[in-house]
Amino acid sequence: MSSLIKEREHQVFTKGRDDYKISAEKVSAAGSVSQRACVFCGSRVVLYPIADALHLVHGPIGCAAYTWDIRGALSSGPELHRKSFSTDLREEDVIFGGEKKLYRSLKRLIPKYNPNAVFVYSTCIVGIIGDDVEAVCSKVAAEEGISVIPVHSEGFKGTKKDGYRAACKALMRLIKTGSTIPRNKGSKPVINILGEFNLAGESWIIKKYYKKMGIEVGAILTGDGRVEQIRQAANAELNIVQCSGSLKYLAKDMKEEWGIPFKQVSFFGIEDTASALYTVAESFPDNPEIMEKTKSLVQSELSKAYPILENYRKDLTGKKAAVYVGGAFKAFSMLRSLKFLGVSVVLMGSQTGSAEEYEEMKEMADPGTVIVDDSNPSELSAFIQQLGVDLFVGGVKERPMAFKLGIAFCDHNHERKIALAGFEGMLNFAKEIHNSLTSRVWQTIDEARESDPWKI
Amino acid sequence: MLLRHTPAEVAERKALTINPAKTCQPIGAMYASFGIHGCLPHSHGSQGCCAYHRSTLTRHYKEPVMASTSSFTEGASVFGGQSNLIAALNTIFTVYNPDVVAVHTTCLSETIGDDVTQIKKKAFDDGKIPEGKRIVNVSTPSYVGSHVTGFAGMCAAIAKEFCVPTEEKTDQINLIPGWVEPADMRELKRLMKEMNVPMVMYPDTSGVLDTPMTGEHDMFPKGGTTIEQLETTGSSFHTFALGKFGSEDAAREIQRIAKTPFDVMDLPIGIRATDRFLMKVSEITGMPVPDSITDERGRAVDLIADMQQYFSGKKVALFGDPDQLFALTEFLLDIDMKPVHIVSGTPGKYFSQKMSEIIDDEVPTANYRNGSRADTFLLHQWIKNEPVDLLIGNSYGKYIARDEDIPFVRMGFPIVDRIGHQYFPTVGYSGAIRIAENILNALMDRQDRDAPEERFELVM
Repeated sequence: MSSLIKEREHQVFTKGRDDYKISAEKVSAAGSVSQRACVFCGSRVVLYPIADALHLVHGPIGCAAYTWDIRGALSSGPELHRKSFSTDLREEDVIFGGEKKLYRSLKRLIPKYNPNAVFVYSTCIVGIIGDDVEAVCSKVAAEEGISVIPVHSEGFKGTKKDGYRAACKALMRLIKTGSTIPRNKGSKPVINILGEFNLAGESWIIKKYYKKMGIEVGAILTGDGRVEQIRQAANAELNIVQCSGSLKYLAKDMKEEWGIPFKQVSFFGIEDTASALYTVAESFPDNPEIMEKTKSLVQSELSKAYPILENYRKDLTGKKAAVYVGGAFKAFSMLRSLKFLGVSVVLMGSQTGSAEEYEEMKEMADPGTVIVDDSNPSELSAFIQQLGVDLFVGGVKERPMAFKLGIAFCDHNHERKIALAGFEGMLNFAKEIHNSLTSRVWQTIDEARESDPWKI
Repeated sequence: MLLRHTPAEVAERKALTINPAKTCQPIGAMYASFGIHGCLPHSHGSQGCCAYHRSTLTRHYKEPVMASTSSFTEGASVFGGQSNLIAALNTIFTVYNPDVVAVHTTCLSETIGDDVTQIKKKAFDDGKIPEGKRIVNVSTPSYVGSHVTGFAGMCAAIAKEFCVPTEEKTDQINLIPGWVEPADMRELKRLMKEMNVPMVMYPDTSGVLDTPMTGEHDMFPKGGTTIEQLETTGSSFHTFALGKFGSEDAAREIQRIAKTPFDVMDLPIGIRATDRFLMKVSEITGMPVPDSITDERGRAVDLIADMQQYFSGKKVALFGDPDQLFALTEFLLDIDMKPVHIVSGTPGKYFSQKMSEIIDDEVPTANYRNGSRADTFLLHQWIKNEPVDLLIGNSYGKYIARDEDIPFVRMGFPIVDRIGHQYFPTVGYSGAIRIAENILNALMDRQDRDAPEERFELVM
């Protein structure tokens, strides 16, 4: 295929035909129309949902402007995270340094907004001009008496994944400012949920399940996040990690620091959601009541969902899907969910999957499935046409491309407007792909494609 | 209330921008690049810049937006981005094969001191660029100017690359439309055609960012000004640059290269600005304004007269880009409205000078400001001090509109929560009708919403 970039040979894999290890976590080939973003973007999306913190972007205006309220991470209370604060660095700052401007900005913002913590994001330029962001932050922290945490997210220092890592480091610093609370005997087990961002209110759905199981959710990192809850995160007995790419680093660090075990889960799809709940229940064997409650919860949810999903399956069976998402772990859930609905996945990939994740993906995929790492639009659209894809599951940059090709689309990225997590999320997912796949607009295009409708 | 923290009291800020009314240069350069046929914009910097610009343009146009990046790493930022750019050009021509690559820089590549002109020369000298392929480049550090100056810079760079000077001039004019929508560019072409004025317009994003659905995804759509057309800009006998901020640089560049005289006009938004533009074109080209256009004007004025009572005396706050704001402010005054607060994040002393000429006599108390710290936070504070009946601006205005419960008309960039801007022009007389319609709908919906039952009227 001519649209394949040579350096990407080992980032495109066809199951049943190729037998090499997919090379992952490679820097994108210069000149490719990559769908990936930068380190800053990775940090920003992870920390963004912390609603009572002030997020100050230290850099030229663009970095702040493009990340202003673009993520549907809902808050049940404060909404400080939805504003855009920037030091708006100008030419003179690049020459003389931006530390003063950063200091002044913080000194002005903190008394005005009274945030519970501040995150200061370093952008490309800050890394180059060498501002000592760390020093400014600790100075202001001492003067104002609140946590002012630098996020070392200079855009060029790696990939989006390194941004996740920088965000995890920042979170770890915040958690370390918390205190240990002695636990009362007989109180409910406490867990944290990592890598859940409350898009379209998904955290609330998940929280509700655990509550019904008799589990207390301590902190959600970072969906509907609050500084104080995050500070207490080290008091939990278990961390469950969703969206493996972003918060696994934190889970590992917390295990090392406080011995808190973690389990990787997913809330996308019926099976994965059920298994996420059972995984937690099994972690508290001394408390058999939890397992009982979990069983009855899952049973009741499934008996509600099955008949509805069965109806969708009738229309969806035999359709072919492409899944291209940020992290690979989510793609696994998508694969299972789509299979459940009778849809086969013929193309799948991610922006930032790891080599191990791709091995797993190979295992799960049907023969003939094409797997791509860090793909680009021309590659994706060529495969879509070649493989006869009917439905694309992806994000903002893929949506119009899919529509132009005349195929259905489901947004499974941060712009989604409907909750896709949990049992009810699966119903929404089925409904959304059903609506898109069965839309009459595709027939209109087909008519145009087959015969010029205005030709007499 | 999302903006509950905004205090009414305005205090001078030395540092800090809150809820900006601008973004950075590279996205403007990228948008202008889409106005060349077969062009791939290229971002010389980190991957994120390119991803953000593509996402923002995609949200605004609901179209695939293709651009490549040098994908800077830590190594590149230490040793310079030359090898990245040369590798990128190689990938681009091998894989995507555009006619033109339009390279813009970012804060990162600028600060480490990459000289793109030099790198480009080297790439050509070393035979890395296939025969007949062209590269445009412009310097667009994010810490200078705004998205508007980035657009202007790329327009000038395009002239620099393509304009071929000739002694003999043809009867063609150059039209530089400024940062307007594809629909506006389409409308400008229609108006010139209607007047029988031969012209070349660039950039022309119509047919690039508003492509029809065909079931195919074309990396380089049908639209855009072709290289052949661009090369003729040097033989045109006159240049019209619409909007000083967006288009003057390009007109000057063409003048420098081909000695082509130019006129910088306001964007033809509203009745009078459109009058001036068309009359000037008529004067320079000798082509009369046809009756068909006079009738369009008549229809626009008729609508305004019919609905004049609804516009009269209503206070308006507006924010956006300078060229749009100048013409729009004048139009609002012409329809008896009262612009009281005007904000643009784009720097430049000319803004207050020009705005002062437009508004000081008409509304002596009007607030207007541009540049650093002229953000929507400030606009909101002004509105708290002097409430308005209408807000006009890009989608980011919706927070203020909701908090203060103000009718809101979307105009500008980006518009990420409504459609229409892609399809309906705001330039020309038909554009004036569209703006008037949007304003009226917003005001009248509000009147209906708030009217007590006995005053809830069928006929308005």
